Amino acid sequence: MSQAQVSVQVNEPVEQVYSPAADFWRRLRKNKLAMVSLVFLLALTMVAVFAPYVAPYDPYLSDMPKALQGPSSEHLLGNDELGRDILSRIIYGARISLRVGLIAVGIALSAGMVLGSTAGYYGGRLDNIIMRLMDIMLAFPSILLAIALMAVLGRGVENAIIAIGIVSIPEYARIVRGSVLSVKENEYVQAACAIGNNDWQIIFRHILPNVMAPVIVRATLGISTAILETSALGFLGLGVVPPYAEWGTMLGSGRGYMFNAPHLVFFPGIAITLTVMAFNLLGDGLRDALDPRLRR
Amino acid sequence: MTQTLLQVKDLKTHFFLEDGVVPAVDGVSFHLNRGETLAVVGESGSGKSITATSIMRLIPNPPGRIVGGEILFNGEDLLKKTEKEMRAIRGNRISMIFQEPMTSLNPVFRVGHQIAESLMVHQGLNKQEALEKSIEMLRLTGIPSPEKRAHDFPHQMSGGMRQRVMIAMALCCRPELLIADEPTTALDVTIQAQILDLMLELKEQLGTAIIMITHDLAVVAEVADRAVVMYCGKLVEEAPVLELFDNPLHPYTRGLLKSIPHINDNQERLYMIEGMVPALTNLPPGCSFAPRCPEARPRCHVERPSLKEVSPGRRVSCWLHEGGVR
Repeated sequence: MSQAQVSVQVNEPVEQVYSPAADFWRRLRKNKLAMVSLVFLLALTMVAVFAPYVAPYDPYLSDMPKALQGPSSEHLLGNDELGRDILSRIIYGARISLRVGLIAVGIALSAGMVLGSTAGYYGGRLDNIIMRLMDIMLAFPSILLAIALMAVLGRGVENAIIAIGIVSIPEYARIVRGSVLSVKENEYVQAACAIGNNDWQIIFRHILPNVMAPVIVRATLGISTAILETSALGFLGLGVVPPYAEWGTMLGSGRGYMFNAPHLVFFPGIAITLTVMAFNLLGDGLRDALDPRLRR
Repeated sequence: MTQTLLQVKDLKTHFFLEDGVVPAVDGVSFHLNRGETLAVVGESGSGKSITATSIMRLIPNPPGRIVGGEILFNGEDLLKKTEKEMRAIRGNRISMIFQEPMTSLNPVFRVGHQIAESLMVHQGLNKQEALEKSIEMLRLTGIPSPEKRAHDFPHQMSGGMRQRVMIAMALCCRPELLIADEPTTALDVTIQAQILDLMLELKEQLGTAIIMITHDLAVVAEVADRAVVMYCGKLVEEAPVLELFDNPLHPYTRGLLKSIPHINDNQERLYMIEGMVPALTNLPPGCSFAPRCPEARPRCHVERPSLKEVSPGRRVSCWLHEGGVR
């Protein structure tokens, strides 16, 4: 093996070579805003997971004498119209918002990937049928479609998640289809075919890993859209049923007191804004880190 | 076991496009013996790659379709196989090397994994065994320290290295037939020679027959036993390589050979075949080459010649050779 050892020395690259994953992480770390967002979201996740231990009060415990009281040292973000602690409600609300965001995007992503890759890979009539269906869904304003679905499914968190997930399927289907169309022309796909892989092995093992970059970015941004849409549904009184602490619902029930007790809408609003912004910034950072044209 | 490994009979692959039917391969017949190297020569668009992909049954459909003929591989017609049977043959008994080593490897997988994949698909090896065997194949293709290189991603390798990986991938299941579609076109001249030598060496070791598709006559001279020349989707000449270079019969082959610049000649201008390859949707009624042929006669423009045997092992499709070699 002496020959091999000699050539190891010869071939040892001067510059460090990274695997794509390590390379991606190195570039993401350079983006300060994305890193701050990532840290914020991780912290938010921790808070949501450990809500019973973190929240100072029971979010459903009504303390009428303190109703509409502003922020104080006892209740950092004040109390709502029923005297419930707003900070605790926001902390519990993070559970719902994050769960809605992740699961709704999960539903949309898995359905969108299967539909989009089938349409893109097989093309022809199947492509036409699937994509025209997606076009029909896109023709409705998404919130309207979500409201219509809620009317069919009934109120509740689970149904809100399902409705928002279904509404955003077409976006993912379109992104995946477009990327599949371009990736499947690559010679390595033909090569994969030439070594005897079947269609599903080619789609899942060879094509989909190569279309993940734009999909991951879109999914990150999609989480924030999903959170906003649940909040909107909650605000309209359709999503989460009132006693539940949900940011949009809090916003909705607090809107009547906007002028004499603005903290009722201010803090849930801030929570939504920060979370959505963090997901957006992280999405931007991911896109920059995954875009091969920016690789140096 | 017969001597003939592959027999292509009157293969017709047409593409059905909006502006008409393109007969990319139109009635091609040739055969290949075991362990033999056959070169398929022709310009871009002559149908040589389509012939190869037709043998693999990898023609994109739509728009392409094999509309006629037979491809007998070990006496069995590949065109009558089901898609599932074809998958068991691809990569296992017939495999293919592509032109662009830069794009033929999947950028998200380590190269060892990509070679191992074929072994896992066809030989039912588990991941560990397949990886060990793929390292063995990398060693066989002359990649230094293969244990280490197997963990590289394609973008960490040079073009020549990647083509070696492609060869390792194609040969890991010991196929009976290897189709190489311009395997050296994208490589440096120095690497070209190395890759060709490697292919010939492995061919000897594994007893694989090779169909070498190329437009480079130097490659033909170096590696092939026999050659077929294609023009506009048809075979125009078939000959053992030495005879083809010594005594080309078809005017097109002569033109091709004359276009190779020689270092000893003190030519001012390089020779070229006049005119353009005609559009396949609108072929002339006679011989497809007639409009560019310096020796064309009136008959060539109206009647299409067929491929006739002029001497054992030599066939040519030209009116000039009706009735034997001139």
